[in-house]
Amino acid sequence: MQQEWLWSDSLINLFTGLGMPKFLAIGLAYGLGAFILANVGLILTLALIWIMRKVLSRIQDRIGPNRVGRYGLFQTVADAMKLLSKEVIRPAHSDMITYDLAPVFSVFGVIMILAVIPFAPGLIGVDLNIGVLYLVALGSVGIMADLMAGWSSNNKYALLAGFRVVAQLLSYEIPMVLSMLAPVLLLGTMRMGEISAAQGLHVLGLNLGFGWLVFLMPGAFLIFFISALAESEQTPFDLLEAESELISGFHIEYSGMKFAMFFLAQFINTFFLGAIAVTLFLGGWQGPFVDNLPAPFSQILGLIYFNIKTFAVYIAIVWIKGTFPRIRVDQMMSFAWKVLVPLVLSLILWEMIALKLPGGAVIQYGAVLVGNLVVIGVVLNILGNHFKREQVRSKRAFEPKTLIGTMRPAPTAETAAAGD
Amino acid sequence: MPANLDELIAQLPTFQQFMFVQVALFTAVMALLVVLARNLFHNALALVGALFGVAGLYALLEAEFLAVSQVLIYVGGISTLITFAIMLTRGMMFGDTSPNNRQAGTAAIVIGTMFSVMAGFLLQVPWQEAYVELGDGQAIIANLGRLFVNEYLIPFEMMALLLLVVLAGAIMLARDHMIE
Repeated sequence: MQQEWLWSDSLINLFTGLGMPKFLAIGLAYGLGAFILANVGLILTLALIWIMRKVLSRIQDRIGPNRVGRYGLFQTVADAMKLLSKEVIRPAHSDMITYDLAPVFSVFGVIMILAVIPFAPGLIGVDLNIGVLYLVALGSVGIMADLMAGWSSNNKYALLAGFRVVAQLLSYEIPMVLSMLAPVLLLGTMRMGEISAAQGLHVLGLNLGFGWLVFLMPGAFLIFFISALAESEQTPFDLLEAESELISGFHIEYSGMKFAMFFLAQFINTFFLGAIAVTLFLGGWQGPFVDNLPAPFSQILGLIYFNIKTFAVYIAIVWIKGTFPRIRVDQMMSFAWKVLVPLVLSLILWEMIALKLPGGAVIQYGAVLVGNLVVIGVVLNILGNHFKREQVRSKRAFEPKTLIGTMRPAPTAETAAAGD
Repeated sequence: MPANLDELIAQLPTFQQFMFVQVALFTAVMALLVVLARNLFHNALALVGALFGVAGLYALLEAEFLAVSQVLIYVGGISTLITFAIMLTRGMMFGDTSPNNRQAGTAAIVIGTMFSVMAGFLLQVPWQEAYVELGDGQAIIANLGRLFVNEYLIPFEMMALLLLVVLAGAIMLARDHMIE
């Protein structure tokens, strides 16, 4: 599908209309676009932190920040000012250059994601023909940044945490990448813009915008969402920096603004992974009547739809953060390698076979849908069994030693150890 | 004086040349650092930088797929592996290593020969200057994928088999022999 309107074209036309030479207009237009994108990403963090605090407070039956500004809206601004004015302490014998570069790379790897996200029809930084692969490659930059931070701090706890981060991010990158392959296989393109454009639902010439891929491949979406939670170090998987148990993580030796940069990278990474989920599975900017309007209104409507969906995904992530307990390291690793990777591999294989089935689109899509539902069933079954076992185990552990009326005695320390 | 301005612009190096010099210099400096830096972890980081520079060169040549694959495989996979190997080797991380050793003479001969061969090759071969502009809808990766599963299927599958054998071999070597 050919895009008829592109932000860069119209901006370049505007500048050349003002009498600029062509090369200057192109440079200025793309420079302006990059400037706006990067700054929107950074300023968004203030809103994201405020939303997280408010939603978490409501879940925990609190009010949350309410002193600085109306509804506490300026609380994060005040916090940012505090972090900016703090002294930056560098640990003794730390590796200076690596230590200073690590936070920069951490933010760089996340901000670069914005370049290929289609916010509205025609409103995309660059529609690379390898957009999805580009997103995958950027993940490795973040891993290197965390490793650099852990090593250069000259602190053995930071180094151990660095290993832990790499283990988690590398493990969950595999199911995430493979689940991103599912829409690519179906649509036959890696362009983020085309993937968004393909998810419309045209009825009688009107675009209802509900051909979201999540209806066709909910299993792939579930696996992507779980892996994205792990990649952005959000709650069930935030054992990397469990604040109350471990001493933070690879950024323990960072203070002031350098710490704030790691913090910022984590928040916007969460949001951008939500944006990727929206683009790949939840229809991107698609919504009712989105491309039936004249040029500027269609883009504004698309932008509104995109933002509503992305913030909804973000709030769902915060909801999970307020609800779920943290998992252990061994559970994290075995869930990635023994559950998610085999499931997503078989899902991809099944999709390849299903898309070659004879009998037209209905049978093919039906086969894909059935495969995805089976995957969801298996994941939920495994998780349900696990939580049931854990519940029984933790109840037993808190039972009194002798309990009148129970059929079997509660496990003592010896039997519990033998049972494990 | 628009005519003068156009002349001036024509004399300037193009934007691509300007970028090429920057990226090439960055790559060369990083490659030197890989050899010359005294700390092993710095060597590894410089290697990451050099590989990034090569990816930048690919991107300048508009070979986006190659550039992204370079970052994905070399920066994401191989460099992380190298860094882990360094970190897990006791005493290698914080001590200084000397870039000079007994093989300096041999290495100089090899590098000198290599350089003269490459330079001669670059100067002698009549490079084609005209290139074909790709159309908008022509995706290279689609053609590449089609070639992999049609024309070059057997080499492609053999590569997969080779990787599987390597994986199994690595597990065999790393397995704890005390279990038996």
